[in-house]
Amino acid sequence: MDTSQLLSATVLVGILTAGIRLASPYLFAAIGEMFGQRSGVLNLGVEGQMLMGAFTAFYVTLRTGNPWLGLLAAMAVGALMGLAMAVVSVTWRAVQGISGIGFYIVGMGLSELLFKTLLGEVKVINTGFNAVNIPLLSQIPVLGEIFFRQNVMTYLAFTLVPVAWFVLYKTPLGLKIRAVGENPHAADTLGVNVAHIRYLTVTMGGVFSAMAGAALSVANLNVFQENMTAGMGFIAVALVYFGGWRPFGVLFGALLFSMVMALQIFMQVYRVPVPSEFLIMMPYVLTMIVLVLTVGRVRAPAALTKPFVRE
Amino acid sequence: MSRFMKWLMPVALLALLLGACTGGQQKPAESSKPFRVAVVMPSSISDLAFSQSMYDALVGIQQEMGGPEKFEFVYSENMFKVDDAAAAIRDYASQGYDLVIAHGSQYGTSLREIAPNFPNTAFAHGTTNRTFVDEGVKNVYAYEAASNEGGYVNGVMAAKLTKSKIVGIVGPIDVGDAKLYIEGFEKGVRETDPSIQILKVFTGSFGDVALAREAADAHIAAGADVLIGTGQMVVGAIAAVDEQGGKVLWIGTQANQTKLAPKVIVANQVYDWKVVLRDIIAKIKKGQLGGEALLITLKNGGLRMEFNENFSRLGEAKPAAEAAIQGIINGTINAVP
Repeated sequence: MDTSQLLSATVLVGILTAGIRLASPYLFAAIGEMFGQRSGVLNLGVEGQMLMGAFTAFYVTLRTGNPWLGLLAAMAVGALMGLAMAVVSVTWRAVQGISGIGFYIVGMGLSELLFKTLLGEVKVINTGFNAVNIPLLSQIPVLGEIFFRQNVMTYLAFTLVPVAWFVLYKTPLGLKIRAVGENPHAADTLGVNVAHIRYLTVTMGGVFSAMAGAALSVANLNVFQENMTAGMGFIAVALVYFGGWRPFGVLFGALLFSMVMALQIFMQVYRVPVPSEFLIMMPYVLTMIVLVLTVGRVRAPAALTKPFVRE
Repeated sequence: MSRFMKWLMPVALLALLLGACTGGQQKPAESSKPFRVAVVMPSSISDLAFSQSMYDALVGIQQEMGGPEKFEFVYSENMFKVDDAAAAIRDYASQGYDLVIAHGSQYGTSLREIAPNFPNTAFAHGTTNRTFVDEGVKNVYAYEAASNEGGYVNGVMAAKLTKSKIVGIVGPIDVGDAKLYIEGFEKGVRETDPSIQILKVFTGSFGDVALAREAADAHIAAGADVLIGTGQMVVGAIAAVDEQGGKVLWIGTQANQTKLAPKVIVANQVYDWKVVLRDIIAKIKKGQLGGEALLITLKNGGLRMEFNENFSRLGEAKPAAEAAIQGIINGTINAVP
C-alpha cells in the first residue's frame, strides 16, 4: 500500500461509503436537536439519549432477533427521555444547559447499569440491520456503490433531511416551531401553545437521538459497549450550530466531518507520511476552520435557552 | 463531572425501586484481619481488555487466599477522567486500604502527589516502570506487561495465516502498552515473512467503537485478511471482522476475546496480573511498601497465549506460535522491538 493508491477509484469509493455510514448517527441526533433548538430549547442530553437508545435497541434485538423491534423500543425510550427533558426545561423552566448535562449523566449511568445487570459482557450480534442493495440504483457504477448499498438506518437518516426541511419550512407546524423559537410571546398572542410545541420538539428530539444510538448499536456496529458514543452526541449539538439551524446545513456539516474522518483513516492505511496524531485531528480542525469562515452568517433562534413565562 | 454525580441518579432510582434498604452487612468476627485492596480502573471490568485483566486477577487472588474473609477488594471502574480517579485514590488511601492500585499509567502524576501523604499505605500503578523512588517516594510499586512478547507471537501467527500477505492493526494512540504490543507484532510478522505488508491505523481514542470499526473495514478493503488491535474499542473492529464470515481473522490481546467471535478469533495474549499481585502482596506483608517495578512476561507466566481450539485453521499457526513462545522464554528469540 502506498500513498498513490489513495487516489484510485476503489479507495475513493471506500472513503465515501464509510463517510456516509459514519454520518448517519450524527444526522439523526443533530436533526432532532435542531427541532428542539428551533423552538427555543437547548438539549445537551443528546449523548445520554443516544446511549440509552443504543442499549435498548441492542438488547431488544439480541433477545428477539428483530432489529425493527429494537428500533421501536429505542424510540419509545428516547421519547420518555425527551419527555422528561421537556418537563424539566419547559414546565419547570430549569436552566437548559445544566439540566441537559444532568440528562446526559443519567443516560450514561443508566445505560451502564442496565448493561451490567442485563448483559454483563460485550456481545456481537448478527441480527442487526444489514446492508440492503436498492434494486437498480445499486447497480449504477460508483454512485450505486456509495449511496445504495448501505443499511436501513443510513437510508432513514438521509431521508430525514428533506423531510425535516419540508416540515420546518412548508407546514403550519414548522411555522409554529420557528415562531416559538424566535418570539414566543408573539406566537402566544396569536394562539400558539408554546409549551405544547416545545414538548413536541424536545420529545421528538429524544426519539431521534435514540435512533442515532440504534444506528450505531444495531446497524453500523452490531455491538454495545458502555459509553460507546464517545462524545458523538456533543458533536451533534455542535453540528446544529455549524449547520445554522437548517436541515441542509446540518447535512453539510455532518458529511464534511464524517468524510474527513473516513479520509484520515484511509490516509493512515495508505501510509500518507504524516504522523497519525495530525491525521486524527483533521476532522476537528477542518470543521473549526469552516465554522470560523462562516461565523456571523446566521443567527441563533432568538428565544434559544430562554424559558417561556407568560406576562 | 464527578463520578459521584454520575452514579447518584441510577442509584437513587434503584433505591426507590427496591423500596427499602437491605440493611448493613455485619462483618464476621475473625481473628486475622483481611488484606484489603482498592483499585481504580479507566474502563469497565467487563471490557474484555485492560481493566478486565486486572479485575479477573483480583478475583483469582481472592480465591487463592481463601475468599473475602482473607482478601477483600473494592474497585472504581470507568474512571476515564484523571481528576475523578485522583479523588478516588485519595479517598481509598484515607480509608486505610493495605494496597491502592491505580490501573492506568495516566494516573501516575496524581499518584506521585498523593502517595507521600499516606506513607503507611502501599500504592501500585501500571503499566509503567516508574516507581518515583528516585524522587524519594518509597511506597509506590510499578507494574507493566512485556506485551511485545505476545505481540511477537501474534505476529508470527498472522504471518502464517495471511493469504493476501497483508495484515492490519487497529490501535488507539501510539504510546505505552499499545505501542509496545504493536511494535512486537510488527517484529514478529517481519521476522517470519518480510514480504508481508503491515497496515496501521490509530483511532485516537480508547472508546470510539465506531471508528475502530471503520479502521477495520478500511484494512479489509485494502486487502488485509488478518487483523489485530488493542484498546477496549476494538470490539467494533472484531464485529467488522466477524461480518466477513471467516474470510478475515482476528488475534486478540489483554483478555480472552474468543467468545465475541468464536469462528474468526485465532488466539489471544492474556494478561495475568496475579503474578505481580502475589509478589506485591508478599512484599507488603514483609513491610516493603513500594519502590520496585515488576513485569509480567511469558517466562514468569504473567503473559499467556490462549488458543481458540475450535478455530478451523489453528493447525497452520499453532506450531509456529509455540516455537516462538519457547524461543522467547529461553532467549533464542528477541521480541524487543
